[in-house]
Amino acid sequence: MYAPSFAAPTTVAEAVQLLANASGVARVLAGGTDLLVQLRSGILKPDLIVDTKRIPELRTITTEGGGYRIGASVSGAEAGEHATLSRDWPGIVEAVELIGSTQIQGRASFVGNLCNASPAADSVPALVAAGATVVIAGPNGEREVPVEEVPTGPGSTSLAKGEMVVAVKLPPKPARTGDAYLRFIPRTEMDIAVVGAGVCVTLDEGGTCTAAKVSLGAVAPTVLVVPDAAAALIGNKLDDAALAALDAAARAACKPIDDKRGTIEYRTKVAGVLARRAAATAFKRAGA
Amino acid sequence: MAPDGTPDLKVVGTRPIRPDGVDKVTGRAQFGADFQLPGQLVGKVLRSPHAHARIRSIDTSKAEAIPGVKAVMTAADMPEITSEEAFVGEGPADFKDMSGNTMARDKALYDGHAVAAVAATSAAAADAALAAIEVDYEVLPHVIDVEDAMVEGAPVLHDDMFTSGVDPKPATPSNVAKRMVFELGDVDAAFEKADIVIERKYKTAPVHQGYIEPHACVAQYAADGQVQIYCSSQGQFMVRAYVAKLLGIDISEIRVTPLEIGGGFGGKTLVYLEPLAVVLSRKSGRPVKMAMTREEVFRGSGPTSGGTVWVKIGAKRDGTIVAGDAVLKFQAGAYAGSPVGPGCMTAFAVYDLQDVRITGYDVVTNRPKVAAYRAPGAPISNFGVESAVDELARELDMDPVELRLKNAAKKGTKAAYGPTFGDIGCVETLEAVKNHPNYNVPLGPNQGRGVAAGFWFNIGGESSATVNINEDGTAVVATGNPDIGGSRASMAMMAAEVLGIDVERVRPIVADTSSVGYCFLTGGSRVTFATGMAVVEASKSAVNELKARAAKTWDIPVDAVEWEDGRAVPAGSNAGDFEPLSLEDLAAKSGRTGGPIAATSSLNAQGAGPGFGTHLVDVEVDRETGHVKVLRYLATQDAGRAIHPSYVEGQIQGGAVQGIGWALNEEYIYDDKGRLENPGFLDYRIPVASDLPMIDTVVVEVPNPRHPYGARGVGEVPIVPPMAAMANAIQDAIGIRMTELPMSPPKVRKAVDEQAAAEE
Repeated sequence: MYAPSFAAPTTVAEAVQLLANASGVARVLAGGTDLLVQLRSGILKPDLIVDTKRIPELRTITTEGGGYRIGASVSGAEAGEHATLSRDWPGIVEAVELIGSTQIQGRASFVGNLCNASPAADSVPALVAAGATVVIAGPNGEREVPVEEVPTGPGSTSLAKGEMVVAVKLPPKPARTGDAYLRFIPRTEMDIAVVGAGVCVTLDEGGTCTAAKVSLGAVAPTVLVVPDAAAALIGNKLDDAALAALDAAARAACKPIDDKRGTIEYRTKVAGVLARRAAATAFKRAGA
Repeated sequence: MAPDGTPDLKVVGTRPIRPDGVDKVTGRAQFGADFQLPGQLVGKVLRSPHAHARIRSIDTSKAEAIPGVKAVMTAADMPEITSEEAFVGEGPADFKDMSGNTMARDKALYDGHAVAAVAATSAAAADAALAAIEVDYEVLPHVIDVEDAMVEGAPVLHDDMFTSGVDPKPATPSNVAKRMVFELGDVDAAFEKADIVIERKYKTAPVHQGYIEPHACVAQYAADGQVQIYCSSQGQFMVRAYVAKLLGIDISEIRVTPLEIGGGFGGKTLVYLEPLAVVLSRKSGRPVKMAMTREEVFRGSGPTSGGTVWVKIGAKRDGTIVAGDAVLKFQAGAYAGSPVGPGCMTAFAVYDLQDVRITGYDVVTNRPKVAAYRAPGAPISNFGVESAVDELARELDMDPVELRLKNAAKKGTKAAYGPTFGDIGCVETLEAVKNHPNYNVPLGPNQGRGVAAGFWFNIGGESSATVNINEDGTAVVATGNPDIGGSRASMAMMAAEVLGIDVERVRPIVADTSSVGYCFLTGGSRVTFATGMAVVEASKSAVNELKARAAKTWDIPVDAVEWEDGRAVPAGSNAGDFEPLSLEDLAAKSGRTGGPIAATSSLNAQGAGPGFGTHLVDVEVDRETGHVKVLRYLATQDAGRAIHPSYVEGQIQGGAVQGIGWALNEEYIYDDKGRLENPGFLDYRIPVASDLPMIDTVVVEVPNPRHPYGARGVGEVPIVPPMAAMANAIQDAIGIRMTELPMSPPKVRKAVDEQAAAEE
């Protein structure tokens, strides 16, 4: 009968060693809000579970050269309560706070959300739009990659055996920069995104967009980066023409599926709607 | 006595704290899955992965060989039952079908249909046993949609089903179990008199009751054949009767102890696990506990029907409705017995019509057999009729409340299904809407207002109550109805009212089947009315006995004693001769005046007052996403007399909320093989608190003359009007008539796009 091994190391090195030496399927438990559900429903039967909540550096948010380093087991509630994080990056904090209920917020983490590799993960488009990177620890040391390079398809990541994400890093925020994330669900909470859109823009003093990144969730096997959508904004103010071009670019990038949560037609239309609405908020936050 | 002749009441109409409240908020209350017996086994069910399949054989030998597995059962362990109408549940049923639904015999008829069950010493051993059972299926073509199931050539579920109610009897079997017609006057001639005719077809999706507590029970079959069952249900006597019938056991051998119930809404008016747990206990010699997972609840237990509703109504230019015609096609799930009958009977009941006809079809499909759900059938037909009436109001350019007032059922109206209404409050609930501030709140862009009215019969029926006067002057009231809506509070309040004591001095309990007289199940909005009547009668008997004890003490005739404020008082020529004797005094001395004081009442309550309600809702539609936000919601309802007004309001609010879920998002999603894709609350979307505004309520009181305090049932009416009210509000907001439930965001967005395309 099924009985997995469980370990709760206190250092990253120990955790990496456990993962590297594991036989069979090993899974990291950051907050566990996806993993425990998968265990209970029988979808997943790992041989080893490594709980990373007792590794001190994975539980803290630190500032580094004007940016942030968010430990892999920091919960959504902790991110929301941080003194300056939501002032600087309101979009990503709002995104992580959309996950689950108040109770789930005590456990759900950015990194867990990322490594679960659902195309509908709420915090991921926001992180991608903000230009976030992740620090990955493994048997051969640490490496740093953009967030969008971690998921490779539904439920799969680019992490090698023995590797684990230890932190998310947010760059120093340029002046006149604003971010936003919006998702659509049929209800008001406790649901999985039918479509998600993250937008981050930097403006010049006149309110013209000088840099932008647009990311869409739940419309392709992985969270998308949409350069054409960003291009629709760069060089423009928040006017109807730019928004229409953004809407069209977002729709053009969608490669969704028909499933129980939405149709191809609906997801595509709503991706354009949400990209526009998120852009409007991002511009406002950037000072437009 | 009040000027209008109603008695002054001290307890009825107040809002005491509910007697079961502390246990529930502290977590001490024992629900179905909380109960344990020493040595109990874990029972689990193997369910069909196919929507429709012949069971060629089942091999359980490998499962039986697994260590820890103590019993494995299939339908072969249950007696074969002949067709016989079931009489103890809510809605039509057949014992043979019920047996087949509990455990598939020759064919699995839906994804989730039970085909075998095991009992083991651990959950892991039980899971291993389920995996080791080998079922040889011959997969058959299946049918999910009600109209597809009616087409000639559709896969036939039961080769012995010949449509009843058609003449001549069909020569070939089909999925149509029954056709029925209710008719008043001459409908075809009446349409000739109409200036305006509205005709349209509407469709609703099957929806689950969504009770939070999954089905759970513990059963123990003793060596002498005595059976004990502990479970949450809407009726311990119902469980006893069904288990006795399905397993061929005498009723006297079975004792069912009710546990706390975490919601039922009609869905717990039948048995699923209990007969299996009894068989597994008999085979293993150990108590067996079974509890469904949420997935099993969705796949294996009954929602209410989905259906199509074709409606035609005709009216004069002045708004007088002259004719109504409707055709209802309800899917029943895998066995006959949808609530299409009550759907037909309630369809036009809000209106005073001379010429009306309703035709209904009961149709089987490869889905879980439907179960009762709050006002079974009525919300489906109401969605069609009240949507059509709204369209009529728009055609007439008439206020929708005024149109309904002009045609409302009132005392003396003959309903299409037969009876002539007595004192009813239909008009009063419409007036209450008109007089409420919500009726005149200004609306912004993409906002709209909708109204709909609804009806439910309410029932009475068989109930028993026992009142025991304790030696300290407190009282225990025992009844046999599980408390699903605050009924313990209302039972205690009615007893306290009669006894003339504080309600805190009355302890209400829900007794097991061997400790109180028979009670029909908790359903049909009957308990406050019917069981309440038994409580009042038993309490009156206790008071008569108390008066007799005082008369004996004083040595005066019993008719010279009156009962006032919880005391016996000498009256007539003896007035003032003796100090009054309180309930405490009489109870303390009862041993010397004739023994303990107790009284029972068993009755069949007649004259449940019909219930009416009108709902008014404001919505805002996001045209780009199709999302519908409920801005404000008002529900008015005639409660006859609210025994505990907070619980009446709670019932109204709960019904409205379930109706909003039905209107907007709830649906079963099947894949092309007929397998349910959303068996959980993540993707079966009942409303969450943040989806809703406060549900405003107005309780109208048109007393029911047949109840001692004027009470009517209140639990079912409030789920009848919401779907049409929501559709009417969406029409008002964006000018689009949504005819199909749920009115989910993708459907609304699609309708907006189609509207835009049509305007180009």
